[in-house]
Amino acid sequence: MIGAAPLFSLWAEPLAVHALVLDPAPRMISLPAPERRFPTLTRTHPGAVMFERMIHDLWGLEALGAEDGRPLLDHGRWPVLNPLSGRPVRHAAPPPQPEFLTAWGEGVRQFPIGPVPPDIEEPLHWRLHLLGEAVLRAEAQPGFAHKGTLGLMLGKSARAAARFPARLAGDATVAHSLAFARAAEAALGVTVPPRAAALRRAMLEAERAAVLLLGVSRLAEAAGAPQLCARAALLREAMLRACFGAFGHRLMMDRVLPGGVAQDIAPEGLPMLLGAMAAIGRDWPWLLRAAKALAARLAGMGIARPEPGVVAGGIPARAAGLAWDARADDELPPRAAVLDSADAAARLWLMLAECDDALRLLRLALDDVSPGMASAQASSALSAPVPGVAGTGFALVEAARGPVLCWLRLDEAGLIAQAWLHDPSWGHLPMLETALAGAELHDAPVIRASIPISASGMDL
Amino acid sequence: MRLIRNALRPLSNPAPEPDARDVEELAARLNAVARARLGRALAIRHVGAGGCNGCELELLATRNLVLALQRFGLGFVDNPRQADILLVTGPLTRNMVEALARTRALLPEPSFIMAVGDCAVDGGVFKGSYAVEGGVQQALAPDLAVPGCPPSPTQILSGLLSLLAVQE
Repeated sequence: MIGAAPLFSLWAEPLAVHALVLDPAPRMISLPAPERRFPTLTRTHPGAVMFERMIHDLWGLEALGAEDGRPLLDHGRWPVLNPLSGRPVRHAAPPPQPEFLTAWGEGVRQFPIGPVPPDIEEPLHWRLHLLGEAVLRAEAQPGFAHKGTLGLMLGKSARAAARFPARLAGDATVAHSLAFARAAEAALGVTVPPRAAALRRAMLEAERAAVLLLGVSRLAEAAGAPQLCARAALLREAMLRACFGAFGHRLMMDRVLPGGVAQDIAPEGLPMLLGAMAAIGRDWPWLLRAAKALAARLAGMGIARPEPGVVAGGIPARAAGLAWDARADDELPPRAAVLDSADAAARLWLMLAECDDALRLLRLALDDVSPGMASAQASSALSAPVPGVAGTGFALVEAARGPVLCWLRLDEAGLIAQAWLHDPSWGHLPMLETALAGAELHDAPVIRASIPISASGMDL
Repeated sequence: MRLIRNALRPLSNPAPEPDARDVEELAARLNAVARARLGRALAIRHVGAGGCNGCELELLATRNLVLALQRFGLGFVDNPRQADILLVTGPLTRNMVEALARTRALLPEPSFIMAVGDCAVDGGVFKGSYAVEGGVQQALAPDLAVPGCPPSPTQILSGLLSLLAVQE
């Protein structure tokens, strides 16, 4: 059905399966599943396995011929089975023990981490198989943060449902909101006013810069570089405070809505943003020097390449020589850097390079925004009306961690009939599993920090 | 043999006896300072009960140099047995109920339970979903709730400081 094209995302609705492939442009392929079955993609695209397990949990569609039939998000603790299948079954049996892939050999032992992991982390379980201090196999168990987000969106108007994609992953709230808004606008044929489009670009790049600084900070913390950790965290704080001044929310949650944006940039916010950007610019040479020292230690650590047949996107993929960026066709495309050593050092360099580029794009977006600052803007300059009509649409947006996807089907009243939200963690978690296998146990936290995962984004 | 005995004999003089009055005085001073400083220290164990990660991001921010919760004697610990505060974020997903209960059971008494963020308070926007319990109070009785989506790091810090203040 999808041939040899690399798979980006796979999801379903009650009687159909949908795939987004890169061919090389993003293209959607749909396959009806009238018997609630579809042929597995894992023969040609082994990386599709997690998607197929998730589709079975949520929609109850069976992947025929799949070797791995274990549940992924459903831990047997929900009151229903297949909650999105349109005919959920009540469930009250006690939860089963999870099964993990094993590693055999004399002296092999299991090492569990989570779902309450050390430090301030999202709930995720890791099952490591160790021989001495060497990791033989690392497998993640997601699902602990499953909130039923897709189910909550159904039957709501695009405006009313916008708060759910905004809360899929806190570090990509602007990106997920924007993908959702663009998917709804594509489905309903809405054109966004130019000022709103510029404000959206500004918020997206501000979020990217702040999240990439956090990524640098957390990687430096895990690798034992406290000064770089502290400096990057301080610059992130400056960005977040400026975002609060400009957009009224530190993470800019609920600021992007279908049709446009919720509010204009505050007049006093613009100098705050420029001030934060200038502070980052002043510290940039210091950050690069500190990163160079750290990169020397990270070289060759945590080699991660995308799973066969799957295109993951984001920094982990661009560090492995795959150049795709969801913003490539934008009016102002990013200056994408691509490395191919695929190690933690390459990912650190790309975090810094892409942060620098995000600040450049943020400055360009603010140039477009500032002329309208003098006078109060009419609401029509910030948002277009959203009609209540039927339609289908999808949109891709590049978040700091990688591309996010939203697909929507709206019914005649403009209410959401089906929805899918894809977080880049779907591609990155399998990469992280491969990167951890073969590593030393004490390097595992560093490797994990070099491929940031959003458990909530994946758990839905 | 003599060579070894000589090598083992310490070159330094025998230790002088400390003055008993000095020791007593210093101990009293240290006690007073320690009570003011260390008596106010509280260790926090965070449990992410399935939130969107927004609250975790703001929790991380409380550790940066401008908010610096360490200066108040506050800090995050990995081992729940060493914690005084169980800080919970997220709407308490059904898949996290057992993990939260098990972590709670490991905290020594007396301890505080703190719900951070709208989700942890009552489930927030996820209230009513098949997959969430709808806030921490469905499983535990929080001593303090910090609402907000997400609350700012200053609000979180202010909540933690009120737990410190009741220690006085």
